[in-house]
Amino acid sequence: MSLFVMQGVSKRYGGVRALQHADLVIEAGRIHAVLGENGAGKSTLIKIMAGVVAPDEGRMLLDGEPVSFASPAAANAVGIACIFQELSLIPDLSVADNIAISNAPCRFGLIDRRAQRRMAEDALARAGADNVHPLALVKDLSLSRRQMVEIAKALARKPRILILDEATSALTAADVTKIYGVLKRLRTEGLALVYISHRMHEITELADECTVFRNGRSVATYAAGTQTDNEVVELMIGREYNAVFPARTTRAATNVSPVLDVRKLCWGDRLTDISLQLRAGEVVGLGGLDGQGQRELLLGLFGVLHGTTGGVRVDGKPVTITGPDVAKRRDIGMALIPEDRKTEGLMLPMSVRDNLSFAALPALSRWGIVDAAAERGAVERMVRLLAIRTDGIELPAGSLSGGNQQKLVIGKWLMMAPRILLLNDPTRGIDVGTKQEMYKLLRELADADAAILFYSTDYDELIGCCDRVLVMYDGAIKRELIGDEITERALIGSALNIGAEAWKRGPLEAGLT
Amino acid sequence: MNGDGTYWLREHKGTLLAFAAFLVMFTIYATNHSAGLDANVATTAANKGALLAIIAMAQTFVVLTSGIDLSVGAVMVLANCLASWIVVGSPLMTALGVIGVLLVGCLCGAINALIVIFGRLQPIVTTIATGAVFYGAALALRPVPGGDVNTALADALTGQLPGGVPASLSLLLAVVVVVWLPFRRSVIGRAAYAVGSSEVAAYMSGVPIRRAKFVAYTLSGLLASMAGLFVTFITYTGEASAANASTYTLYSIAAVVLGGVSLFGGSGSAVGAIFGAFMFRTIGDLLFVFNVEPLWQPLFQGLVLSVAVCLGAARLLRVRNRLDLYG
Repeated sequence: MSLFVMQGVSKRYGGVRALQHADLVIEAGRIHAVLGENGAGKSTLIKIMAGVVAPDEGRMLLDGEPVSFASPAAANAVGIACIFQELSLIPDLSVADNIAISNAPCRFGLIDRRAQRRMAEDALARAGADNVHPLALVKDLSLSRRQMVEIAKALARKPRILILDEATSALTAADVTKIYGVLKRLRTEGLALVYISHRMHEITELADECTVFRNGRSVATYAAGTQTDNEVVELMIGREYNAVFPARTTRAATNVSPVLDVRKLCWGDRLTDISLQLRAGEVVGLGGLDGQGQRELLLGLFGVLHGTTGGVRVDGKPVTITGPDVAKRRDIGMALIPEDRKTEGLMLPMSVRDNLSFAALPALSRWGIVDAAAERGAVERMVRLLAIRTDGIELPAGSLSGGNQQKLVIGKWLMMAPRILLLNDPTRGIDVGTKQEMYKLLRELADADAAILFYSTDYDELIGCCDRVLVMYDGAIKRELIGDEITERALIGSALNIGAEAWKRGPLEAGLT
Repeated sequence: MNGDGTYWLREHKGTLLAFAAFLVMFTIYATNHSAGLDANVATTAANKGALLAIIAMAQTFVVLTSGIDLSVGAVMVLANCLASWIVVGSPLMTALGVIGVLLVGCLCGAINALIVIFGRLQPIVTTIATGAVFYGAALALRPVPGGDVNTALADALTGQLPGGVPASLSLLLAVVVVVWLPFRRSVIGRAAYAVGSSEVAAYMSGVPIRRAKFVAYTLSGLLASMAGLFVTFITYTGEASAANASTYTLYSIAAVVLGGVSLFGGSGSAVGAIFGAFMFRTIGDLLFVFNVEPLWQPLFQGLVLSVAVCLGAARLLRVRNRLDLYG
């Protein structure tokens, strides 16, 4: 009998189907890898297993008995421990406190510190992190050390099933090697491990079985080693195109001097030697897996990050952008459509009018007083131009639908006619109709000589909208795909950073080798 | 690898700094006091200090969960008014009266907790509202100042122990040992820290968030009512003083900040808050010793507080992603 089985599990978030009739079978003493591209439903699957969200339909069996979890604590209680991508450590508490947080050893109702210390040292040793001091505060540890503590914390609960969601993404090479050893040992101890990673070589190294997810469905399960990397990529692709993209107009000639010229931009260890050029009339995509530095790159260009190095030129003149106020100045004319429209893009309780005119207020006011008539005119023009569906411009922005809210964020910046437009995954969580309007708008803006840098987690968008795509991996641009080179296979292959050289020879040839 | 001591220092940095700062200020005060530091001066100073210390501890419980309790002053005044009715008579009656006052304090805290947890209101709004209600109840009990208290008990707790040690300090020590230390070392206490430090991480770790908040607010009410009892012992009377309620609420927050407790929650200790309260009191005494007009006292207290807050905010200079400043 299998240790843990998920059958026909589905989950919707609003109108979005995150998971549709997904199946997963987990055996004790095996490492089961879960693969899939961004948004394929892996995270939702794990959240359901770990009791963070409840499924809409389907059932879960543990030792053949149906189970359901009301909270992460309930999943813990039956022996499912999860190491999440976003860390679940409490920064102000010590390592030992964190490891023992859910089952602290007590004596007379109080925490027995000595027993806790032993427990923590034990768990740290089992996780191969015995060089982490149990009394250190978590907030003082590096990201890699924290991840090791996170693993120790999960082990301290003596789980039967251990889920690792991108657990190695923040680890240094030395820690990764240790973790491999630890995971293999746990497997021989009879634990069931569910391993989610975007790094193909890790999966080759560790996994016994693999399940591939696509569009919220589990599309294939196979024994490790029976499929080549390229076959796996094939399994991960294969969505039907359901968005219509506007035709690309003639691309700007490459000899036109760039509007934005970035040379060797660095930011700590998160961005490494980023060089790129944006020309007027060009839509350049930023690809790669989630969290490879794309967001940091856009924020860095917009002057939000402190301590970036490298040179930025606008129209060939060196500029130092120290913040959004400088970036939007007329001689630079840069705008950033942020990722999280609710917190970084809009003041939800304020009116549509206020939200649209914020960035352009200096141009709409005289002697510091806002010219109400000019503002009204400009706002109404923008509402018409973007076809924002609202019952009036005095309504709060929060009353609009997600798609229309996103139009507001874009409209806000269009009011000041930006020449350089940075977009951070602008179509996430909005409906297909609005998406299409957005694609059309991007192309129109480009045709009107704007230079656009467009980060998207949706590969279809990159293929359909962009003239060039820069693929990022680990804080650096690893590959540039131009025109017809932009295919889903090339995007995923370079995003996973596998056989970059092989892909250059052409995906088909590479597939045959 | 560092020794355990280094990590212990790191964890208790705020508390130790507050203690050191208080020690420096107190030494300056004691060595410059013209009349010398006799037992009576010390006892009066200790009583004032202990009162603010208890109310600061009350505030600490809530601040640790990254909330704020603006009703501590009102609970204190309510307890004072109630005590002036029921903490009288025979030893048995007095004892029952004390228990009654403390229970009312717990009840006030529990009401705050229930509104914050189940009403999902922000602590600041909740406690402004309930604070007004508590103060109203105090006014109903004592429309005009008056009442009485068991003087034997009052004198015992505000006087000196054999050897000249102020009794109020031993009371404070008892509160630390009986209330704070068990809380700090219990699972619930740790949960309160966890909630204040990162509520999401606490939830993901299966920490009992609601219970932690409930206990923190209730203990805050308990300590606030202890402060109210102590006011009664010092003044021998009950008074629904609006000035006292608001002043002590604000001072409790100041003391908490001076004591190294983070207003963001999750770090600091009630022991630090005690020294913060002592520091805040000593500022006033220092001004007196150096013959500064009492009128200047708020200004200097404000200056010290500003400096302390600035030091606490120094970490923001290291922030590299400006968006984190607003997080």
